[in-house]
Amino acid sequence: MNDPMNEPTTIIETIGLKKCYGVGDAQVMALDGIDLKIYPGEFVAIMGPSGSGKSTLLNILACLDRPTEGNYILAGEDVSEYNRKELAFIRSRELGFIFQSYNLLPRLTAFENVMLPMMYQRENGTPASDRKEKAMAALESVGLGDRSHHIPNQLSGGQQQRVAIARALINDPILILADEPTGNLDSHSSEEIMELLHDLHEKGRTIVAVTHDLIIAKHTSRIIQIRDGKLASDEKNGHPIQPQLQAEPQLVNPIAGGVQ
Amino acid sequence: MNFGEMLKVAWKSLASNKLRSLLTMLGIIIGVAAVIMMMAISAGTEATISEQIIGLGSNLIFISASFQRGGPNEGPANSRGGLVNSDVTAIRDTISGVAGVSVEQDADVTVKYGDTTLTGTTVIGTTPDYLIVRSVSVGNGRFFTTEENTLASKVVVLGSAVATKLFNGADPLGQEISLNNVKVTVIGVLAPKGLVSGTDFDQLLYTPIQLVFKKFTPSQFARIFGDQVRQIFVSVDNNVKIDDVVQQITILLEKRHNVTADAPDFTIRTQADIISARESTTSSFRTLLAGVAAVSLVVGGIGIMNIMLVSVTERTREIGLRQAVGATPGDIQIQFLTEALMLSLVGGFIGVLVGIGGSMLFAKFGGMRTVIVPYTVMLSFCSAALIGIFFGFIPARQAAQLDPIVALRHD
Repeated sequence: MNDPMNEPTTIIETIGLKKCYGVGDAQVMALDGIDLKIYPGEFVAIMGPSGSGKSTLLNILACLDRPTEGNYILAGEDVSEYNRKELAFIRSRELGFIFQSYNLLPRLTAFENVMLPMMYQRENGTPASDRKEKAMAALESVGLGDRSHHIPNQLSGGQQQRVAIARALINDPILILADEPTGNLDSHSSEEIMELLHDLHEKGRTIVAVTHDLIIAKHTSRIIQIRDGKLASDEKNGHPIQPQLQAEPQLVNPIAGGVQ
Repeated sequence: MNFGEMLKVAWKSLASNKLRSLLTMLGIIIGVAAVIMMMAISAGTEATISEQIIGLGSNLIFISASFQRGGPNEGPANSRGGLVNSDVTAIRDTISGVAGVSVEQDADVTVKYGDTTLTGTTVIGTTPDYLIVRSVSVGNGRFFTTEENTLASKVVVLGSAVATKLFNGADPLGQEISLNNVKVTVIGVLAPKGLVSGTDFDQLLYTPIQLVFKKFTPSQFARIFGDQVRQIFVSVDNNVKIDDVVQQITILLEKRHNVTADAPDFTIRTQADIISARESTTSSFRTLLAGVAAVSLVVGGIGIMNIMLVSVTERTREIGLRQAVGATPGDIQIQFLTEALMLSLVGGFIGVLVGIGGSMLFAKFGGMRTVIVPYTVMLSFCSAALIGIFFGFIPARQAAQLDPIVALRHD
């Protein structure tokens, strides 16, 4: 944004992102000035202890919440001030979600769950005639073509998460957000899901995953650490890419809390 | 999300909880069915009443003697004391547009023929115009004439049921029967007419009124006032304005009775007066029934609201997920509104069927006449729809206002 000649286009750009909860003395700074740029094709892990603000960051990146201060520019569009309806449009058009607990609708079949996001598409929505084919293709791409008419209860955790991934991909989002995608899975299923995400990354998808599992983080191309609402480190393939962060002294103190 | 998908989603969610949906609809079903059945019953009653009033005879004027006159605060008592038999002749002779004038004086008698005795039978003393005024006809033989009436001839016309009881199929014409030991000759039998407005015309005997005055008036007192009558029935020609006739009769009777218009000793009512009086009674009855039924509809609506609120709480996660994948608050609101509307419409439809079916069953087995009024069917169905929207609104709004983050974390 600053200098379009040198900078490649960002998928995510946040400028001084802040989020506070509560009022007066009880006010808590969950995010305290996050500046972040994520580029197309990156697979980013956001890590940090609980209470660090990583979930808050993800909620804002996912357009489920709005920052108290600062700007969030998603694919060149500043969505910081959007209302609930406009955010819903953005979620429908640009984003795909993967949750820790899958969040499949229990009464719908795998196929119907994958169809769901298409029902809420607005402009340039998938034509009704193509939807079934598209949903089927998405299920096949996660290896569940033969389970399309099972309801979530009849599927294993790993299979359910794969249905959720198919659902996240169905609207061709520019960004996929995952919140502890393997948190409820055994190690074998976790490995499968991570491989699936890895494949998507290889095919050029941009993925941001919140996790506290280092084994998962090793699949990613970039690891962002968050402490007390601030960026603590940002490493790309093991190398710090924003060295100025290291220079900030107050980050050293772990007891500093989020309160300003 | 298009309309068809919305209906499908709503249907699916209701169908997944069949018993609950059915119980929720029950309130609406009962409400709608109650409205339709109550209205059908009251419309049926009304139709019966108006038919009975018409069955009394067409274009009737009723003149009754007023007995309020003569009280301490009512001025001097009228010396003539109400209507008399000669008023009948006066009306017939002087008023134009009168088709018939009849007067009735009844008495309880014991009827005997051969071995058969009928006690407590009512004999109606009347005039030949009775046939016109009461819309009855003679089935066999003839009615008595004006001359026979004047002479108080000992003749009698039988109601069809009485004839059957006494003669058991044999020809009654020319036979002598005794009424309280007065021998009278049967000259005719009326065609069956049945029960009209509480009177079974087939169970009565008909004689000249002068004969009743002379032979069957029950007390000495009544005999002194011999020709006094309670009510005169005037039948008006079809092409004459009934109000004109009423006007003429009023003037005539005021003159004959020597009373003023402020304090008459008689009252005149037309059939229209009676019908409107009955209608005002039945319409307040109907309003009451409709009110009760409407209350049950509202209770049904509250049931819908209740269950929709439960449903919103239960499906909080679903709401959060739908929002996450792109549903706007408006989409969520419409989804829940559609469910509430569907509950009330399906309930309303079943209610219409139950209401119509129930009305028919009432008519068949309840011995009640019912008339299904199309507008009440429409009205109750539409109110069910309105109730669905009205009571579905609050839960739908609550669902739409859920914060997706909170909703997704809900368990």
